[in-house]
Amino acid sequence: MAKVRKLSPEMKKYQNMAGRLRPGKPIVKNAVAAFFVGGLICSVGQGAQWFFMRHGMTPKEATSPTTVVMIGVGALLTGLGWYDRVVKVGGMGGSLPITGFSNAMVAPAMDSRTEGLVLGVGAKLFTVAGPVLTYGLAAAFVVGLLRYLITGVA
Amino acid sequence: MGVGRLSASSYRFDNVVIRSQAAVVGPKEGEGPLGKYFDRIWPSELNHHTSSEEAELALLTEAQNLALVKAGVEWSQVDLVMGGDLLDQLIATDFAARGHQRPLAGLFSACAVFTESVGLGAMIIAGGGPTVVLAAASSHHMSAERQFRYPIELGYQRTPTAAWTSTAAGACLLVEGRPVKEPDLIIESATFGRVIDWGTKNPNDMATAMAPAAFDTIKQHLRDVGRDISYYDQVYTGDLGVLGVKLLDAMARQEGLDWSSYLDDCGKSLYDTQRQDVHNGGSGPGCSASVFSGFLCRQLRSKEFRRVLLVSTGALFSPTSYKQGESIPAIAHAVAISRMN
Repeated sequence: MAKVRKLSPEMKKYQNMAGRLRPGKPIVKNAVAAFFVGGLICSVGQGAQWFFMRHGMTPKEATSPTTVVMIGVGALLTGLGWYDRVVKVGGMGGSLPITGFSNAMVAPAMDSRTEGLVLGVGAKLFTVAGPVLTYGLAAAFVVGLLRYLITGVA
Repeated sequence: MGVGRLSASSYRFDNVVIRSQAAVVGPKEGEGPLGKYFDRIWPSELNHHTSSEEAELALLTEAQNLALVKAGVEWSQVDLVMGGDLLDQLIATDFAARGHQRPLAGLFSACAVFTESVGLGAMIIAGGGPTVVLAAASSHHMSAERQFRYPIELGYQRTPTAAWTSTAAGACLLVEGRPVKEPDLIIESATFGRVIDWGTKNPNDMATAMAPAAFDTIKQHLRDVGRDISYYDQVYTGDLGVLGVKLLDAMARQEGLDWSSYLDDCGKSLYDTQRQDVHNGGSGPGCSASVFSGFLCRQLRSKEFRRVLLVSTGALFSPTSYKQGESIPAIAHAVAISRMN
Protein backbone atom coordinates (compact mmCIF):
# COMPACT_ATOMS: atom_id res chain seq x y z
CA MET A 1 0.00 0.00 0.00
CA ALA A 2 1.25 3.47 -0.84
CA LYS A 3 1.55 4.73 2.70
CA VAL A 4 4.00 7.55 2.17
CA ARG A 5 2.31 9.90 -0.23
CA LYS A 6 4.32 12.96 -0.94
CA LEU A 7 2.53 16.09 0.14
CA SER A 8 2.59 18.98 -2.29
CA PRO A 9 3.59 22.43 -0.98
CA GLU A 10 -0.10 23.39 -1.08
CA MET A 11 -1.03 20.41 1.10
CA LYS A 12 1.81 21.14 3.53
CA LYS A 13 0.67 24.73 3.80
CA TYR A 14 -2.86 23.52 4.50
CA GLN A 15 -1.73 21.07 7.18
CA ASN A 16 0.26 23.86 8.86
CA MET A 17 -2.80 26.10 8.80
CA ALA A 18 -4.95 23.28 10.25
CA GLY A 19 -2.36 22.82 12.99
CA ARG A 20 -2.72 26.48 13.94
CA LEU A 21 -6.54 26.48 13.92
CA ARG A 22 -6.96 23.14 15.67
CA PRO A 23 -8.01 23.48 19.31
CA GLY A 24 -5.35 22.20 21.71
CA LYS A 25 -5.89 19.53 24.32
CA PRO A 26 -6.37 20.98 27.84
CA ILE A 27 -3.25 19.21 29.10
CA VAL A 28 -2.93 20.90 32.51
CA LYS A 29 -6.62 20.45 33.31
CA ASN A 30 -6.45 16.81 32.19
CA ALA A 31 -3.34 16.14 34.26
CA VAL A 32 -4.88 17.63 37.41
CA ALA A 33 -8.09 15.65 36.86
CA ALA A 34 -6.07 12.45 36.26
CA PHE A 35 -4.15 13.04 39.51
CA PHE A 36 -7.29 13.37 41.60
CA VAL A 37 -9.38 10.66 39.91
CA GLY A 38 -6.46 8.20 39.91
CA GLY A 39 -5.67 9.17 43.50
CA LEU A 40 -9.24 8.61 44.58
CA ILE A 41 -9.39 5.14 43.00
CA CYS A 42 -6.06 4.20 44.63
CA SER A 43 -7.33 5.47 47.99
CA VAL A 44 -10.36 3.22 47.71
CA GLY A 45 -8.00 0.33 46.92
CA GLN A 46 -5.88 1.21 49.94
CA GLY A 47 -9.02 1.25 52.07
CA ALA A 48 -9.92 -2.22 50.83
CA GLN A 49 -6.46 -3.53 51.63
CA TRP A 50 -6.63 -2.09 55.17
CA PHE A 51 -10.02 -3.74 55.60
CA PHE A 52 -8.58 -7.16 54.77
CA MET A 53 -5.52 -6.54 56.96
CA ARG A 54 -7.74 -5.64 59.89
CA HIS A 55 -9.37 -9.04 59.42
CA GLY A 56 -6.12 -10.84 60.01
CA MET A 57 -4.32 -10.87 56.64
CA THR A 58 -0.73 -9.83 56.07
CA PRO A 59 -0.27 -6.95 53.57
CA LYS A 60 0.85 -9.49 50.95
CA GLU A 61 -2.15 -11.76 51.56
CA ALA A 62 -4.50 -8.78 51.37
CA THR A 63 -3.30 -7.91 47.84
CA SER A 64 -5.30 -10.59 46.04
CA PRO A 65 -8.72 -9.93 47.62
CA THR A 66 -8.13 -6.17 47.19
CA THR A 67 -7.53 -6.71 43.47
CA VAL A 68 -10.69 -8.77 43.23
CA VAL A 69 -12.71 -6.07 44.98
CA MET A 70 -11.36 -3.32 42.71
CA ILE A 71 -12.04 -5.37 39.57
CA GLY A 72 -15.56 -5.93 40.90
CA VAL A 73 -16.04 -2.21 41.52
CA GLY A 74 -14.80 -1.39 38.00
CA ALA A 75 -17.09 -4.01 36.47
CA LEU A 76 -20.08 -2.77 38.47
CA LEU A 77 -19.51 0.86 37.51
CA THR A 78 -19.08 -0.19 33.87
CA GLY A 79 -22.29 -2.17 33.99
CA LEU A 80 -24.13 0.80 35.44
CA GLY A 81 -22.76 2.95 32.61
CA TRP A 82 -20.76 5.20 34.94
CA TYR A 83 -17.16 4.19 34.44
CA ASP A 84 -16.86 5.78 31.00
CA ARG A 85 -17.75 9.07 32.70
CA VAL A 86 -15.02 8.53 35.29
CA VAL A 87 -12.43 8.09 32.53
CA LYS A 88 -13.86 10.95 30.51
CA VAL A 89 -12.95 13.23 33.40
CA GLY A 90 -9.94 11.41 34.78
CA GLY A 91 -8.29 10.12 31.59
CA MET A 92 -5.36 7.87 32.42
CA GLY A 93 -6.19 8.35 36.11
CA GLY A 94 -9.24 6.19 35.36
CA SER A 95 -7.74 3.89 32.71
CA LEU A 96 -4.52 2.88 34.42
CA PRO A 97 -5.74 1.47 37.78
CA ILE A 98 -7.07 -2.09 37.73
CA THR A 99 -10.64 -0.70 37.65
CA GLY A 100 -9.73 0.62 34.18
CA PHE A 101 -8.56 -2.84 33.17
CA SER A 102 -11.89 -4.18 34.39
CA ASN A 103 -13.66 -1.56 32.27
CA ALA A 104 -11.61 -2.62 29.24
CA MET A 105 -12.81 -6.21 29.70
CA VAL A 106 -16.43 -5.63 30.64
CA ALA A 107 -17.19 -2.92 28.04
CA PRO A 108 -16.51 -5.13 24.98
CA ALA A 109 -18.31 -8.02 26.67
CA MET A 110 -21.43 -5.88 27.15
CA ASP A 111 -21.11 -4.47 23.68
CA SER A 112 -20.87 -7.75 21.83
CA ARG A 113 -23.44 -9.81 23.71
CA THR A 114 -25.91 -9.30 20.85
CA GLU A 115 -23.58 -11.42 18.70
CA GLY A 116 -23.81 -14.35 21.12
CA LEU A 117 -21.61 -15.84 23.82
CA VAL A 118 -19.07 -17.44 21.50
CA LEU A 119 -18.71 -15.24 18.41
CA GLY A 120 -19.63 -12.09 20.37
CA VAL A 121 -18.50 -12.02 23.99
CA GLY A 122 -15.93 -14.80 23.62
CA ALA A 123 -14.30 -13.41 20.51
CA LYS A 124 -14.44 -9.73 21.41
CA LEU A 125 -13.64 -9.90 25.13
CA PHE A 126 -9.96 -9.09 24.65
CA THR A 127 -10.25 -6.57 21.81
CA VAL A 128 -9.29 -3.66 24.07
CA ALA A 129 -7.23 -5.36 26.78
CA GLY A 130 -5.62 -7.86 24.37
CA PRO A 131 -2.64 -5.71 23.32
CA VAL A 132 -1.92 -4.80 26.95
CA LEU A 133 -2.00 -8.46 27.99
CA THR A 134 0.07 -9.63 25.01
CA TYR A 135 2.85 -7.14 25.47
CA GLY A 136 2.55 -7.22 29.27
CA LEU A 137 3.21 -10.98 29.20
CA ALA A 138 5.99 -10.55 26.68
CA ALA A 139 7.63 -7.88 28.84
CA ALA A 140 7.24 -10.06 31.96
CA PHE A 141 8.95 -12.91 30.14
CA VAL A 142 11.89 -10.73 29.13
CA VAL A 143 12.25 -9.22 32.61
CA GLY A 144 11.97 -12.68 34.24
CA LEU A 145 14.63 -14.04 31.90
CA LEU A 146 16.99 -11.16 32.69
CA ARG A 147 16.41 -11.67 36.39
CA TYR A 148 17.26 -15.36 36.03
CA LEU A 149 20.40 -14.67 34.01
CA ILE A 150 21.63 -12.01 36.42
CA THR A 151 20.65 -13.40 39.81
CA GLY A 152 20.23 -17.08 39.05
CA VAL A 153 16.86 -17.06 40.83
CA ALA A 154 13.95 -18.34 38.73
CA MET B 1 -35.39 16.50 -21.27
CA GLY B 2 -35.12 18.09 -17.88
CA VAL B 3 -31.47 17.55 -17.22
CA GLY B 4 -28.71 19.84 -18.45
CA ARG B 5 -25.03 19.03 -18.28
CA LEU B 6 -23.08 22.00 -16.91
CA SER B 7 -19.72 20.26 -16.69
CA ALA B 8 -18.33 16.82 -15.97
CA SER B 9 -19.26 17.45 -12.33
CA SER B 10 -22.49 19.42 -12.38
CA TYR B 11 -26.01 19.01 -13.73
CA ARG B 12 -29.03 21.30 -13.79
CA PHE B 13 -32.59 20.00 -13.41
CA ASP B 14 -35.88 21.53 -14.54
CA ASN B 15 -38.55 19.37 -13.12
CA VAL B 16 -37.61 17.71 -9.87
CA VAL B 17 -39.56 18.59 -6.75
CA ILE B 18 -39.10 17.62 -3.12
CA ARG B 19 -42.65 16.63 -2.28
CA SER B 20 -42.06 15.77 1.37
CA GLN B 21 -39.34 15.10 3.87
CA ALA B 22 -39.01 13.59 7.32
CA ALA B 23 -36.37 13.54 10.06
CA VAL B 24 -36.26 11.20 13.05
CA VAL B 25 -33.52 11.65 15.63
CA GLY B 26 -32.21 10.32 18.94
CA PRO B 27 -32.63 12.00 22.34
CA LYS B 28 -29.35 13.94 22.31
CA GLU B 29 -30.15 15.41 18.89
CA GLY B 30 -33.63 16.23 20.14
CA GLU B 31 -32.15 18.21 23.03
CA GLY B 32 -30.02 20.22 20.61
CA PRO B 33 -30.88 23.65 19.23
CA LEU B 34 -32.71 22.15 16.22
CA GLY B 35 -34.84 19.79 18.33
CA LYS B 36 -38.13 21.51 17.54
CA TYR B 37 -37.68 21.06 13.80
CA PHE B 38 -37.51 17.27 13.82
CA ASP B 39 -40.60 15.19 13.15
CA ARG B 40 -39.90 12.63 15.83
CA ILE B 41 -37.46 12.39 18.69
CA TRP B 42 -36.73 9.01 20.21
CA PRO B 43 -36.88 8.87 24.02
CA SER B 44 -33.72 6.75 24.22
CA GLU B 45 -30.84 5.75 21.96
CA LEU B 46 -32.11 2.20 21.53
CA ASN B 47 -35.84 2.90 21.84
CA HIS B 48 -36.57 -0.67 23.04
CA HIS B 49 -34.56 -2.32 20.28
CA THR B 50 -32.15 -5.05 21.28
CA SER B 51 -29.10 -3.90 19.32
CA SER B 52 -27.83 -0.58 18.03
CA GLU B 53 -27.85 -1.93 14.47
CA GLU B 54 -31.50 -2.90 14.82
CA ALA B 55 -32.17 0.56 16.25
CA GLU B 56 -30.58 2.25 13.24
CA LEU B 57 -32.65 0.14 10.89
CA ALA B 58 -35.81 1.15 12.77
CA LEU B 59 -34.79 4.81 12.77
CA LEU B 60 -34.27 4.80 9.00
CA THR B 61 -37.48 2.89 8.37
CA GLU B 62 -39.42 5.37 10.51
CA ALA B 63 -38.03 8.35 8.56
CA GLN B 64 -38.77 6.68 5.20
CA ASN B 65 -42.32 5.76 6.19
CA LEU B 66 -42.99 9.20 7.59
CA ALA B 67 -41.82 10.95 4.41
CA LEU B 68 -44.29 8.86 2.42
CA VAL B 69 -47.15 9.45 4.87
CA LYS B 70 -46.57 13.20 4.73
CA ALA B 71 -46.80 13.13 0.94
CA GLY B 72 -49.78 10.78 0.91
CA VAL B 73 -47.82 8.34 -1.21
CA GLU B 74 -47.93 4.55 -0.86
CA TRP B 75 -44.80 2.41 -0.95
CA SER B 76 -46.12 0.78 -4.14
CA GLN B 77 -45.89 4.16 -5.86
CA VAL B 78 -42.17 4.57 -5.12
CA ASP B 79 -40.11 3.69 -8.19
CA LEU B 80 -36.70 3.64 -6.60
CA VAL B 81 -35.21 3.96 -3.13
CA MET B 82 -31.73 5.46 -2.90
CA GLY B 83 -29.47 6.06 0.03
CA GLY B 84 -26.92 4.68 2.42
CA ASP B 85 -25.47 4.56 5.89
CA LEU B 86 -22.14 3.95 7.60
CA LEU B 87 -22.49 0.34 8.59
CA ASP B 88 -20.46 -2.40 6.94
CA GLN B 89 -22.26 -3.83 3.91
CA LEU B 90 -24.84 -1.03 4.23
CA ILE B 91 -27.02 -3.12 6.51
CA ALA B 92 -29.38 -0.37 7.66
CA THR B 93 -30.33 0.66 4.11
CA ASP B 94 -30.35 -2.89 2.77
CA PHE B 95 -32.35 -4.38 5.64
CA ALA B 96 -34.87 -1.54 5.45
CA ALA B 97 -35.37 -2.53 1.81
CA ARG B 98 -36.15 -6.06 2.92
CA GLY B 99 -39.18 -4.51 4.55
CA HIS B 100 -40.39 -2.04 1.91
CA GLN B 101 -39.77 -4.33 -1.08
CA ARG B 102 -39.16 -1.51 -3.56
CA PRO B 103 -36.24 -1.37 -6.03
CA LEU B 104 -33.13 -0.23 -4.20
CA ALA B 105 -29.95 1.57 -5.23
CA GLY B 106 -27.74 1.40 -2.15
CA LEU B 107 -24.95 3.93 -2.16
CA PHE B 108 -21.83 4.57 -0.12
CA SER B 109 -19.85 7.75 0.28
CA ALA B 110 -19.75 7.77 4.09
CA CYS B 111 -21.35 10.92 5.50
CA ALA B 112 -21.73 12.45 2.02
CA VAL B 113 -24.27 9.85 0.96
CA PHE B 114 -27.35 11.99 1.51
CA THR B 115 -26.51 14.59 -1.14
CA GLU B 116 -25.19 11.83 -3.39
CA SER B 117 -28.62 10.17 -3.17
CA VAL B 118 -30.58 13.38 -3.67
CA GLY B 119 -28.34 14.50 -6.54
CA LEU B 120 -28.46 11.15 -8.33
CA GLY B 121 -32.17 10.82 -7.66
CA ALA B 122 -32.82 14.24 -9.19
CA MET B 123 -30.63 13.41 -12.17
CA ILE B 124 -32.39 10.17 -13.06
CA ILE B 125 -35.83 11.68 -12.53
CA ALA B 126 -34.95 14.66 -14.73
CA GLY B 127 -33.43 12.28 -17.26
CA GLY B 128 -36.77 10.56 -17.76
CA GLY B 129 -36.19 7.52 -15.58
CA PRO B 130 -38.18 6.86 -12.44
CA THR B 131 -40.71 9.48 -11.44
CA VAL B 132 -40.82 8.91 -7.68
CA VAL B 133 -37.55 8.43 -5.76
CA LEU B 134 -37.11 8.19 -2.01
CA ALA B 135 -33.65 9.39 -0.94
CA ALA B 136 -32.58 8.68 2.62
CA ALA B 137 -29.58 8.34 4.91
CA SER B 138 -29.07 7.28 8.49
CA SER B 139 -26.52 6.90 11.24
CA HIS B 140 -26.64 5.74 14.84
CA HIS B 141 -24.18 6.88 17.48
CA MET B 142 -23.80 3.49 19.10
CA SER B 143 -23.52 1.38 15.96
CA ALA B 144 -20.92 3.77 14.54
CA GLU B 145 -18.94 3.80 17.81
CA ARG B 146 -18.84 0.03 17.77
CA GLN B 147 -17.68 -0.15 14.19
CA PHE B 148 -15.22 2.73 14.04
CA ARG B 149 -14.14 3.42 17.61
CA TYR B 150 -14.56 1.53 20.88
CA PRO B 151 -17.22 -0.37 22.80
CA ILE B 152 -19.88 2.03 24.13
CA GLU B 153 -19.08 1.63 27.82
CA LEU B 154 -15.30 1.82 27.39
CA GLY B 155 -13.96 4.93 29.09
CA TYR B 156 -11.66 7.15 27.06
CA GLN B 157 -11.11 10.84 26.49
CA ARG B 158 -12.16 12.25 23.15
CA THR B 159 -9.83 14.70 21.51
CA PRO B 160 -11.12 18.26 20.94
CA THR B 161 -11.29 17.59 17.18
CA ALA B 162 -13.37 14.42 17.48
CA ALA B 163 -16.88 14.39 16.02
CA TRP B 164 -19.98 12.89 17.59
CA THR B 165 -21.74 10.49 15.22
CA SER B 166 -25.37 11.51 15.35
CA THR B 167 -28.32 9.19 15.90
CA ALA B 168 -30.45 10.53 13.09
CA ALA B 169 -32.19 9.63 9.86
CA GLY B 170 -33.58 11.85 7.14
CA ALA B 171 -35.62 11.04 4.04
CA CYS B 172 -36.81 13.13 1.10
CA LEU B 173 -39.39 12.13 -1.47
CA LEU B 174 -38.36 13.39 -4.90
CA VAL B 175 -40.96 13.47 -7.65
CA GLU B 176 -41.06 14.50 -11.26
CA GLY B 177 -43.11 17.50 -12.11
CA ARG B 178 -43.53 21.22 -12.00
CA PRO B 179 -43.89 22.69 -8.55
CA VAL B 180 -47.60 22.79 -7.89
CA LYS B 181 -48.25 22.91 -4.21
CA GLU B 182 -46.97 26.07 -2.69
CA PRO B 183 -44.30 26.24 -1.44
CA ASP B 184 -42.82 23.27 -3.25
CA LEU B 185 -39.07 22.91 -3.17
CA ILE B 186 -37.16 22.29 -6.35
CA ILE B 187 -33.76 20.72 -6.83
CA GLU B 188 -31.98 23.15 -9.10
CA SER B 189 -28.65 21.47 -9.63
CA ALA B 190 -26.13 19.02 -8.24
CA THR B 191 -22.36 18.80 -8.24
CA PHE B 192 -20.63 15.48 -7.66
CA GLY B 193 -17.31 15.77 -5.89
CA ARG B 194 -13.87 14.37 -6.51
CA VAL B 195 -11.97 12.41 -3.89
CA ILE B 196 -9.51 14.79 -2.25
CA ASP B 197 -6.77 13.64 0.09
CA TRP B 198 -4.45 16.24 1.51
CA GLY B 199 -2.63 13.91 3.82
CA THR B 200 -4.63 13.99 7.05
CA LYS B 201 -4.13 10.73 8.93
CA ASN B 202 -5.88 11.25 12.25
CA PRO B 203 -9.31 9.54 12.29
CA ASN B 204 -10.22 11.80 15.22
CA ASP B 205 -9.84 14.87 13.03
CA MET B 206 -12.14 14.34 10.07
CA ALA B 207 -12.72 18.09 9.75
CA THR B 208 -9.15 18.63 8.54
CA ALA B 209 -9.49 15.67 6.18
CA MET B 210 -12.81 16.81 4.69
CA ALA B 211 -12.55 20.60 4.45
CA PRO B 212 -10.44 20.56 1.22
CA ALA B 213 -13.03 18.29 -0.42
CA ALA B 214 -15.85 20.65 0.56
CA PHE B 215 -13.87 23.61 -0.75
CA ASP B 216 -13.18 21.85 -4.05
CA THR B 217 -16.83 20.91 -4.58
CA ILE B 218 -18.23 24.33 -3.64
CA LYS B 219 -15.74 26.08 -5.93
CA GLN B 220 -16.55 23.69 -8.77
CA HIS B 221 -20.26 24.14 -8.19
CA LEU B 222 -20.15 27.94 -8.25
CA ARG B 223 -18.01 27.90 -11.39
CA ASP B 224 -20.38 25.47 -13.13
CA VAL B 225 -23.60 27.31 -12.30
CA GLY B 226 -21.87 30.61 -13.04
CA ARG B 227 -22.86 32.24 -9.75
CA ASP B 228 -21.32 33.95 -6.79
CA ILE B 229 -21.80 32.39 -3.35
CA SER B 230 -24.30 35.16 -2.55
CA TYR B 231 -26.73 33.41 -4.92
CA TYR B 232 -27.42 31.18 -1.93
CA ASP B 233 -28.85 32.39 1.36
CA GLN B 234 -26.68 29.86 3.10
CA VAL B 235 -24.24 27.10 2.19
CA TYR B 236 -24.52 24.20 4.63
CA THR B 237 -21.70 21.69 4.74
CA GLY B 238 -22.47 18.24 6.14
CA ASP B 239 -20.25 17.55 9.13
CA LEU B 240 -17.17 19.74 9.01
CA GLY B 241 -17.98 20.99 12.50
CA VAL B 242 -16.48 23.98 14.23
CA LEU B 243 -12.93 23.43 12.99
CA GLY B 244 -13.93 22.44 9.47
CA VAL B 245 -15.93 25.61 8.84
CA LYS B 246 -12.96 27.68 10.04
CA LEU B 247 -10.67 25.79 7.66
CA LEU B 248 -13.09 26.18 4.76
CA ASP B 249 -13.39 29.88 5.41
CA ALA B 250 -9.60 30.22 5.66
CA MET B 251 -9.11 28.37 2.36
CA ALA B 252 -11.60 30.68 0.65
CA ARG B 253 -9.85 33.71 2.13
CA GLN B 254 -6.52 32.53 0.72
CA GLU B 255 -8.09 32.75 -2.73
CA GLY B 256 -9.48 36.18 -1.99
CA LEU B 257 -13.05 35.03 -1.40
CA ASP B 258 -15.08 36.16 1.59
CA TRP B 259 -17.47 33.31 2.27
CA SER B 260 -17.69 33.69 6.03
CA SER B 261 -21.26 35.01 6.25
CA TYR B 262 -22.56 32.27 3.94
CA LEU B 263 -21.01 29.23 5.56
CA ASP B 264 -22.66 27.06 8.14
CA ASP B 265 -22.52 23.39 8.96
CA CYS B 266 -25.12 20.74 9.80
CA GLY B 267 -22.88 19.06 12.38
CA LYS B 268 -22.16 22.36 14.09
CA SER B 269 -25.88 23.29 14.13
CA LEU B 270 -27.23 19.94 15.32
CA TYR B 271 -25.81 20.25 18.83
CA ASP B 272 -25.00 22.96 21.29
CA THR B 273 -21.25 22.41 21.10
CA GLN B 274 -20.66 24.25 24.39
CA ARG B 275 -23.26 22.44 26.45
CA GLN B 276 -23.62 19.02 24.84
CA ASP B 277 -19.99 17.95 24.95
CA VAL B 278 -19.71 16.92 21.32
CA HIS B 279 -16.35 18.61 20.72
CA ASN B 280 -16.12 19.44 17.01
CA GLY B 281 -19.84 18.80 16.38
CA GLY B 282 -22.07 16.13 14.89
CA SER B 283 -21.22 13.75 12.06
CA GLY B 284 -22.64 10.75 10.23
CA PRO B 285 -24.83 10.38 7.13
CA GLY B 286 -27.88 11.06 9.30
CA CYS B 287 -26.47 14.41 10.36
CA SER B 288 -26.88 16.27 7.06
CA ALA B 289 -29.93 14.13 6.16
CA SER B 290 -31.81 15.10 9.32
CA VAL B 291 -30.69 18.73 9.47
CA PHE B 292 -31.76 19.17 5.85
CA SER B 293 -35.02 17.21 6.13
CA GLY B 294 -35.90 18.70 9.51
CA PHE B 295 -34.49 22.19 9.73
CA LEU B 296 -33.47 23.43 6.26
CA CYS B 297 -36.57 22.25 4.40
CA ARG B 298 -38.75 24.01 6.97
CA GLN B 299 -36.69 27.16 6.70
CA LEU B 300 -37.12 27.05 2.93
CA ARG B 301 -40.83 26.32 3.06
CA SER B 302 -41.47 28.96 5.69
CA LYS B 303 -39.65 31.49 3.47
CA GLU B 304 -36.79 32.06 5.90
CA PHE B 305 -34.51 30.93 3.11
CA ARG B 306 -35.01 31.19 -0.62
CA ARG B 307 -32.12 29.04 -1.77
CA VAL B 308 -29.69 26.74 0.01
CA LEU B 309 -26.65 24.76 -1.10
CA LEU B 310 -26.25 21.54 0.86
CA VAL B 311 -22.76 20.05 0.70
CA SER B 312 -22.58 16.75 2.59
CA THR B 313 -19.03 15.73 3.36
CA GLY B 314 -17.66 12.22 3.75
CA ALA B 315 -14.40 10.83 5.13
CA LEU B 316 -13.77 7.68 3.12
CA PHE B 317 -11.56 5.75 5.51
CA SER B 318 -12.12 2.35 7.08
CA PRO B 319 -10.98 1.04 10.46
CA THR B 320 -8.43 -1.02 8.54
CA SER B 321 -7.06 1.71 6.28
CA TYR B 322 -6.01 4.15 8.99
CA LYS B 323 -4.34 1.42 11.04
CA GLN B 324 -2.28 0.61 7.96
CA GLY B 325 -1.05 4.19 7.96
CA GLU B 326 -3.14 5.39 5.03
CA SER B 327 -4.27 9.00 4.97
CA ILE B 328 -7.98 9.81 4.87
CA PRO B 329 -9.53 10.55 1.45
CA ALA B 330 -12.62 12.72 1.52
CA ILE B 331 -15.49 13.61 -0.79
CA ALA B 332 -18.25 16.21 -0.88
CA HIS B 333 -21.38 16.29 -3.03
CA ALA B 334 -23.51 19.41 -3.40
CA VAL B 335 -27.20 19.90 -4.17
CA ALA B 336 -28.85 23.27 -4.66
CA ILE B 337 -32.43 23.52 -3.36
CA SER B 338 -34.73 26.47 -3.78
CA ARG B 339 -38.28 27.52 -3.05
CA MET B 340 -40.33 28.14 -6.16
CA ASN B 341 -42.04 31.34 -5.17
